[in-house]
Amino acid sequence: MSTSADQTPATTDLVTVTIDGIETHVEQGTLIIRAAEQIGIEIPRFCDHPLLKPAGACRQCLVDVASPGPDGNLRAFPKPQASCTMPVTEGMVVNTQNTSEEAERAQKGVMELLLINHPLDCPVCDKGGECPLQNQAMSHGRGESRFVDVKRVFEKPLALSSEILLDRERCILCQRCTRFSQEIAGDAFIDLQNRGAMQQIGTFNEDVLGFDGYGPVGAAAEDETGNAFSSYYSGNTIQICPVGALTSASYRFRSRPFDLVSSPGISEHDSSGSAIRTDHRRGKILRRLADNDPVVNEEWVTDKDRFAFAWQNLADRITQPLVRKDGELVEASWPEALAAAAAGLTAAIGKTGTPADKKAKGVGVLPGGRVTLEDAYAYAKFARLVLDTNDVDARTRWSSDEEQAFLGASVAGTGLGVTFAELEKAPTVLLVGFEPEDEGGVVFLRLKKSAGRQKVFTVASHLSRGPEKLGATLLPAVPGHEASVVASLKGAKAAYKDLRAPGSIIVVGERAAASPGTLTAVEALAKRAKARVAWIPRRAGERGAVEAGALPGLLPGGRDAAVTAARNAVAKAWGASSLPNTKGRDADAIIAAASAKALDALVIGGVDDSDLTEDLLKAITNAKFTVSLEVRRTAVADAADVVLPVAPPSEKSGTFVNWEGRLRAFGTAIHTDAMSDHRVLDLLARQLGTDLGTATVDAINAELASLGAAATSHRPKAPAEPTPAAPKKSGGTDGELVLATWHQLVDEGALQDGEPYLAGTGRMAVARVSPATAEALGLHGVITVTAKRRGAIDVPVAVTEGMVDNVVWLPTKSPGSWVAQQLGVQPGDTVVVKGAAS
Amino acid sequence: MTYDESTAKQLSKDAAEIIGRYPVRRSALLPLLHLVQSVDGYVSPDGVQFCADQLELSSAEVSAVATFYTQYKRRPNGEYQVGVCTNTLCAVMGGDEIWRQLSERVGAGHDETTPDGKISLERIECNAACDYAPVMMINWEFFDNMTPETALQLVDDILAGKDLVPTRGADRVVSFKETSRVLAGFEDGRADEGVSAGAPSLAGIETAKQQGWKGQDK
Amino acid sequence: MTDLTPVLSATWGLDRSWNFDTYAAHGGYEAATKALTMDKADIIQAVKDSGLRGRGGAGFPTGMKWGFLPEPDGGPRYLVVNADESEPGACKDVPTMMASPHTVIEGMIITAFAIGCDHAFIYVRGEVVHVYRRLMKAVAEARDNGWLGKDIKGTGFNLEITVHAGAGAYICGEETALLDSLEGRRGQPRLKPPFPAVAGLYARPTVVNNVESIASVPPIIAKGVDWFASMGTEKSKGMGFFSLSGHVKRPGQYEAPLGITARELIEMAGGMREGHELKFWTPGGSSTPIFTDEHLDTPLDYESVGAAGSMLGTRSLQIFDETTCVVRAVERWTHFYKHESCGKCTPCREGTYWLELIMRRLEAGQGTMADIQQLLDTCDSIAGRAFCALGDAATAPIISSVEYFREEYVRHVTEGGCPFDRAAAALFDYDSAPEEAHA
Repeated sequence: MSTSADQTPATTDLVTVTIDGIETHVEQGTLIIRAAEQIGIEIPRFCDHPLLKPAGACRQCLVDVASPGPDGNLRAFPKPQASCTMPVTEGMVVNTQNTSEEAERAQKGVMELLLINHPLDCPVCDKGGECPLQNQAMSHGRGESRFVDVKRVFEKPLALSSEILLDRERCILCQRCTRFSQEIAGDAFIDLQNRGAMQQIGTFNEDVLGFDGYGPVGAAAEDETGNAFSSYYSGNTIQICPVGALTSASYRFRSRPFDLVSSPGISEHDSSGSAIRTDHRRGKILRRLADNDPVVNEEWVTDKDRFAFAWQNLADRITQPLVRKDGELVEASWPEALAAAAAGLTAAIGKTGTPADKKAKGVGVLPGGRVTLEDAYAYAKFARLVLDTNDVDARTRWSSDEEQAFLGASVAGTGLGVTFAELEKAPTVLLVGFEPEDEGGVVFLRLKKSAGRQKVFTVASHLSRGPEKLGATLLPAVPGHEASVVASLKGAKAAYKDLRAPGSIIVVGERAAASPGTLTAVEALAKRAKARVAWIPRRAGERGAVEAGALPGLLPGGRDAAVTAARNAVAKAWGASSLPNTKGRDADAIIAAASAKALDALVIGGVDDSDLTEDLLKAITNAKFTVSLEVRRTAVADAADVVLPVAPPSEKSGTFVNWEGRLRAFGTAIHTDAMSDHRVLDLLARQLGTDLGTATVDAINAELASLGAAATSHRPKAPAEPTPAAPKKSGGTDGELVLATWHQLVDEGALQDGEPYLAGTGRMAVARVSPATAEALGLHGVITVTAKRRGAIDVPVAVTEGMVDNVVWLPTKSPGSWVAQQLGVQPGDTVVVKGAAS
Repeated sequence: MTYDESTAKQLSKDAAEIIGRYPVRRSALLPLLHLVQSVDGYVSPDGVQFCADQLELSSAEVSAVATFYTQYKRRPNGEYQVGVCTNTLCAVMGGDEIWRQLSERVGAGHDETTPDGKISLERIECNAACDYAPVMMINWEFFDNMTPETALQLVDDILAGKDLVPTRGADRVVSFKETSRVLAGFEDGRADEGVSAGAPSLAGIETAKQQGWKGQDK
Repeated sequence: MTDLTPVLSATWGLDRSWNFDTYAAHGGYEAATKALTMDKADIIQAVKDSGLRGRGGAGFPTGMKWGFLPEPDGGPRYLVVNADESEPGACKDVPTMMASPHTVIEGMIITAFAIGCDHAFIYVRGEVVHVYRRLMKAVAEARDNGWLGKDIKGTGFNLEITVHAGAGAYICGEETALLDSLEGRRGQPRLKPPFPAVAGLYARPTVVNNVESIASVPPIIAKGVDWFASMGTEKSKGMGFFSLSGHVKRPGQYEAPLGITARELIEMAGGMREGHELKFWTPGGSSTPIFTDEHLDTPLDYESVGAAGSMLGTRSLQIFDETTCVVRAVERWTHFYKHESCGKCTPCREGTYWLELIMRRLEAGQGTMADIQQLLDTCDSIAGRAFCALGDAATAPIISSVEYFREEYVRHVTEGGCPFDRAAAALFDYDSAPEEAHA
């Protein structure tokens, strides 16, 4: 025996450990259970999860361990050790159930105890067939139970929220769900309740816990209105539950795992490009799960990613083209519909050679922000090549020329920029017009991982729940005046000093476009502080649209449509003599022009009119001709002249470019006849006499690759918008307040239609004002918010500490508060707020 | 929240004092729950919310703690919390029989309260007075060397509105709510009442004295 | 015959023994006065040299525990006194705090000074309100007399003491569960490492000591290491409380050198009650395997009791005579462990649940021979598998009682009921009730 005590290990951080007789070298601090995995030895476990802190609660992973003592001789631990909590040490010898009778006996004992109170309802349990407990009981358990007494009984299921259901009898109290909720999501809305054998997972539910109360308080914690809400990430608890204790209302009793076909995919719900798995049976999606992608979403998705898929197959799904005949939309064949669409567009373009052409006013294209890179490219190319216009804009939201310049100069064609990992590691993060939870989804989870180690500042009207959980510091800003706050960050300001730490990141959201000068100020700040900028838009298609050139002033790869050389380069690649050189209209201008009959026709992709402050339906009515490429019979489709059905995400392949600039390609999960937008546009172009070359994803990607990114000289100049003066303190005369607004993650967005259980977990609409503003205007109870253009919103007021004065915040599209449609205003606009008449 | 203004004000004042005793706010949760019991006579849903608000916790996190500890009651407690130790030693020495007779007399079982709100009965675990077995605790004051007769007499005294005098404790048993306030860390000026020690606590020094042992001090 | 050595209990019989003045008049705070002039390292060394071992049950050397604290880094360091005395049979800390709370306060002042702590806590179980009153008052008196607060006795040393009441949970006697509880959480044991010395209260270096351990510090400082080490055995030094309860004539607290025997102690307690003889006893509370009359001469020190198959624990001798049904006794302890299991880990949570069902069945005469084996098998699935020592503790009375009294278990099965008359075991006369009112 050599004495290893004086043999200092080499400078490497690796330690040598022997598991089941196999010697391996692993990084210092590796847990035994992980070290075993690395060499293919699986130790049974329930509470262990690689992304959660070790708990050592279930005791299933007990193994025999010996390690060298001070004299160098191996010393066995007197009892089996939990391999999920013990890090390996140099020279350690581990014997698992494979090589140690003691370890096997210990594991069998724990398994027997886990099962004594576990119901024998596997045949009806959602988890049956994919259940770690079932699998391990079958492979390692006793054939017959020795437990002859009555099992513990609980009422079930217990609704923790409208979506998450708990079966306490099946629960083995591994606490993965509560640990996830606390450690990962920061939403401690469930916790262990009671003690010992009666311990259970739960909310503070008076009935369940036997509190003498005043009646049931509902299933979950409450928001300001007294309505129950849940974590945006609660569905992850179902996925990591190692038994069938947590199930979702939407999937419960719907299927057996072994009947399902699983297809990998990318979520269409936000710009993160989270990896998902779509489980379907006979062409029908039954559930979606998070896929494991360590560089993007790790093993988590938002509840929207997970549960909001019903919209793709609701009763209003369009499967046949529609053509308006005698004022009515009727089903038509593809050739008939394409011919009708081509005819209408031809007239609007003015290429028929008839006298009417001279009066033709052209076509505007609105692809919407949810299309794939390939779809966006097809729209962009279709507009320039077929419709001879730059009137194309995927930004059917608040936008600006400043933003377009910023995107062209700093985002498009820049490839992989700031990454999730860099965001996690950044010493300081400044959020500008960006809500990490509501608008970022899993972006929040990455920031949460660093909570406590990372300094977070947010330029916003108030500290919302997300930044509050991050321990962020509010840099209060009146909406529309974020630029002056950003511009003020210099010299001795704490946020500026922290931002100068190398690796710091400024995150700017799509709402910055609604605040003049903000993006310019952000770029200047980044330069000053040597920080990097990440633009994180909300919708999945936004970054792809920028890359593809589906903006009026941008051609693919960040080329400036106003620069001749850039135009020519693209024209050459497209086999065209030239591209249109007129300045394109942005989305708002396109709609305004159509409304004013300054445009003859519209081609509209997935755009929901209720998301727009401009009246899109009026524009369609006033335009001579509208082609709608839609999945569902939306108001836009209903108003169009020709409706061409397109495939929802699960029925097509393509690429979302996430906010990092990472290409997130996905294949077709369910094969149907439905075609993606790019294919339909290819057919339409063909009908119009042009070979668009966008029939397949491969063809488009080849073309995009050959185009590449623009040279700096071909790009737009960085924006140079002046910073507006800081707002004067107004007294909020006559109830006039500045509007702050953003979308809550779970709201009434069209892609969440048809999923009532998810909707039930959404936060209710409230209007937020500062205590001083509430006092000055006498606001309490339900208040009314009106705007000059139209409408009124009645919601309860929530007085919010620390909020900037003379501002009212409303959720953009939550129940009872559809800001764009009901008020026709955007953040920074003035609204009038009145207390309800009593 | 249904606390009236003056109650809410006093609660907030007391809570601030409790929180001030600790370097980290959350440490105040156990005393705050005792405080809630001193006002409501149990951990009321309002009390749970009050603690959650004070400490910036979710109500689930508060009930997680409130339901872990046996001294926190979920239903309005009796004015007198009457506990009989039925852990092994007391049970064998007669605790089981005391419990049986007491439960029969009071007409309540474990963790039950009489309809008049006077008495809550509880079988308690070892209360660190085994040398005084069988032991009862009334509002967490010691009643040593009990018999069924002395136990039933206590119930009679409660029902007759008489003061109860613990064997080792204050001069009289204060109410459950008042006791809870002490446990929240608010002194009630009764520390100097009662004895230093009962006979069993002094058994060793008496023996040493009788034997003339001076221990290692000789 | 070993002499009793009343040290901590010496003043308990005095009038108003809990008062500062009484305590000070009998040598109180002399040790603290001396300690504040000493080098901190010398205090720690003295406690190490004294051989004092933790009096809360585990017997870990107290001085060594202090020595595990990392070098000061400018951040807070905490002292937490474990006054959550709840082990069935243990009843020494409560009378200590009731009769002489200043012993604990003085010990805390010395310890806090030695380890560089300026905020110390006493975590006292919530079910002893008068003890809590006395502790709060003692803290106030100590402050009034300049022993707490800022710049104590002009030394520049600052100390605050917070007395914290628990709320009913045996598991909080486990030091990491106690820390979680003190942090306002469910009292569930923490993963170790890190040990409290490195990351304890609020994740800062923390010493957790039992009441009696802390109370033993002033006499060690005042009377010296040699004085303390002259008592006891080679590895179990000093004096300690031996708490006798049950079927002896004079149950109570007997402060004696470690190594005294149960035979000596029972004799001092006047012997077994008249006309009865010893059947079984616990050397250190219900968590320690039971002993019988064959262990009467086992020296009650850590090593000897361990060698005899049990543990010294809290030196809580619960003594039962021949009228006691061992199955009934163990059934009740089993119920206790099930009731107090925190629920964190599978073996303890589910195992104690199962054990209680089997024990109840057996005691009621409805068990089978297979149940006896199942008891042992289930114990085997708990002992050494649970997260903390509570699981092991739950199996101790079962395994030891089956070892010594298997035939009694068998009789419950074969006779279809408990062969004992409960009234015979009680300390008062009553007619045996026809059925057990076990709610």
